[in-house]
Amino acid sequence: MKNRKPSRYEERVQQAYLAQQQSGRPVNILGIETSCDETSASVVQDGRTVLSNIIASQADIHKRFGGVVPEVASRRHVENITLTIEEALQEAGKTLDDIQAIAVTYGPGLVGALLVGVAAAKAISYARGIPLIGVHHIAGHIYANRLVTEMEFPLIALVVSGGHTELVWMKEHGHYEILGETRDDAAGEAYDKVARALQLPYPGGPHIDRLAHEGTPSIPLPRAWLEPNSYDFSFSGLKSAVLNTLHNASQRGESISPQDLAASFQDSVTEVLVEKTIRAVKEYGARQVLLAGGVAANRGLRERLSKRCGEEGLPLVIPPLSLCTDNAAMIAAAGYISYQKGRFARLDLNGVPGLPLS
Amino acid sequence: MMRVLAMDTSNLVLSVAVVEEDRILAELTTNQQKNHSVRLMDAISELMDETGTLPEQLAGIGVAKGPGSYTGVRIGVATAKSMAWSLQIPVIGVSSLEAVAMNARGFSGLIVPLFDARRGQVYTGAFRTKDWAELSVVAEERLVLLRDWLASLKEQAGNERVLFMGEDLRIHRETIAEQLGEQALFAPATHNHPRAAHIGLAALGKLAEGGHPHEMVPEYLQLAEAEAKWLAQNPACGVKE
Repeated sequence: MKNRKPSRYEERVQQAYLAQQQSGRPVNILGIETSCDETSASVVQDGRTVLSNIIASQADIHKRFGGVVPEVASRRHVENITLTIEEALQEAGKTLDDIQAIAVTYGPGLVGALLVGVAAAKAISYARGIPLIGVHHIAGHIYANRLVTEMEFPLIALVVSGGHTELVWMKEHGHYEILGETRDDAAGEAYDKVARALQLPYPGGPHIDRLAHEGTPSIPLPRAWLEPNSYDFSFSGLKSAVLNTLHNASQRGESISPQDLAASFQDSVTEVLVEKTIRAVKEYGARQVLLAGGVAANRGLRERLSKRCGEEGLPLVIPPLSLCTDNAAMIAAAGYISYQKGRFARLDLNGVPGLPLS
Repeated sequence: MMRVLAMDTSNLVLSVAVVEEDRILAELTTNQQKNHSVRLMDAISELMDETGTLPEQLAGIGVAKGPGSYTGVRIGVATAKSMAWSLQIPVIGVSSLEAVAMNARGFSGLIVPLFDARRGQVYTGAFRTKDWAELSVVAEERLVLLRDWLASLKEQAGNERVLFMGEDLRIHRETIAEQLGEQALFAPATHNHPRAAHIGLAALGKLAEGGHPHEMVPEYLQLAEAEAKWLAQNPACGVKE
């Protein structure tokens, strides 16, 4: 509809935004994240200071299924959503009167799970007449770093999680260029699959990481460098190689040290991740390297990337563990950039499972 | 005068209404198989503006809590409970089946709303009303094979006429007519879709009961498939925590 009269909601949002701009007071953003199996809500001030970050994890519920069951996750989200948001406000010592905008993850992720957070965010934004901001989940992971240290541009961000493996170049706030991404499994997914083959519990990443530190990378496994210039990743071949190694050993009646196998697997994954990151820094130029996503909790990856960045004289930022996994503080932090630019979502914002970054 | 906002997104129909005790101020209902997530809030905003209602003026919110499409039910419930929580007002859940059955208030036989639940199953229940009185439940809502349900209805109804309602009758009308013959009545198209106005009035009557937003959860009438499978394999854990 062209030239239609703005709705009462749109008028209220504009008024609220202008009043805030004129007041010069700090901006408190309520972040909401429900893209997978964590129901999370957070209050972040001026995109930098975490006032609260509540994460209602469902990990224990999904453990018995050996992975996240989308329908089960969505059901928990709708049960927990207002409770989690209220807890975030209480811990921050704020009420909705103190909140200037709502930022919510609208993709990528599990569609049924995303929709709960998006519906809640829109409802609160409408009820209170305050701006609504749609945030890309990966942008959120990257902005988790801003809760630790100010970002310096240009920068390279390595985002690694159960669902993502991406190398992103940023020349300024809110600008993302994907240099490479996985062509098959995400790194975290490969960890889970290898963990299952080693009969380790779900989620497998932390267990592999622990075993890897007790073993030596003595078993030859492939590195998927792909084409010489590519920044893409591939982990399914590596995963198959691990499974074959186990299978062949058991056929020969030999036993393989799980510690050594974990160490060898982790060595292959981290070498490719780290070396491609360093190469990207050299080609594109970067004043900072950021690590983000759930796999940023992996000690092997942190150590290797720290060492290489040290050798190259590059500042590396790694968020604390609590900000590596899915959380709403990172969503509020990323949302603050849109707030400053006045880029708001409309009430028809939808959950987009395959939302592209950029 | 207390004003209530009501919504139903639990199936293909989207319905939103703003009601007062003795008056339906506005109602918007579409049956277009379009995305509820995209349309619900705009529909609410439009009706609220149309009736000159500010969110702060609402005394409560009514919502169809299921059964129905899992995602559809969640969009409505998440929206209603979050809005109610923000405004610190009660949210009242009304059965999606009952919302359809309310169209038949005044009918003197057995009222049977049903939604298709795939694999020959339906979500359904049976209600009765007399002289415009509120519905009373004759048979609790359930997920059941349509053939079994029709057999049990036949016993329950005796000589009484049974009025079947709901948009999914398109799929099941033949089977019903086959098994129940002339005893089965079918509502005209005007009576098959849920109307948020019914939900709003029902919610208005229950506002005093509280209806805390945190406690508002969907009624799916069945476990998630993965949970059902897991429970079947681990019968000892059948006791809910």
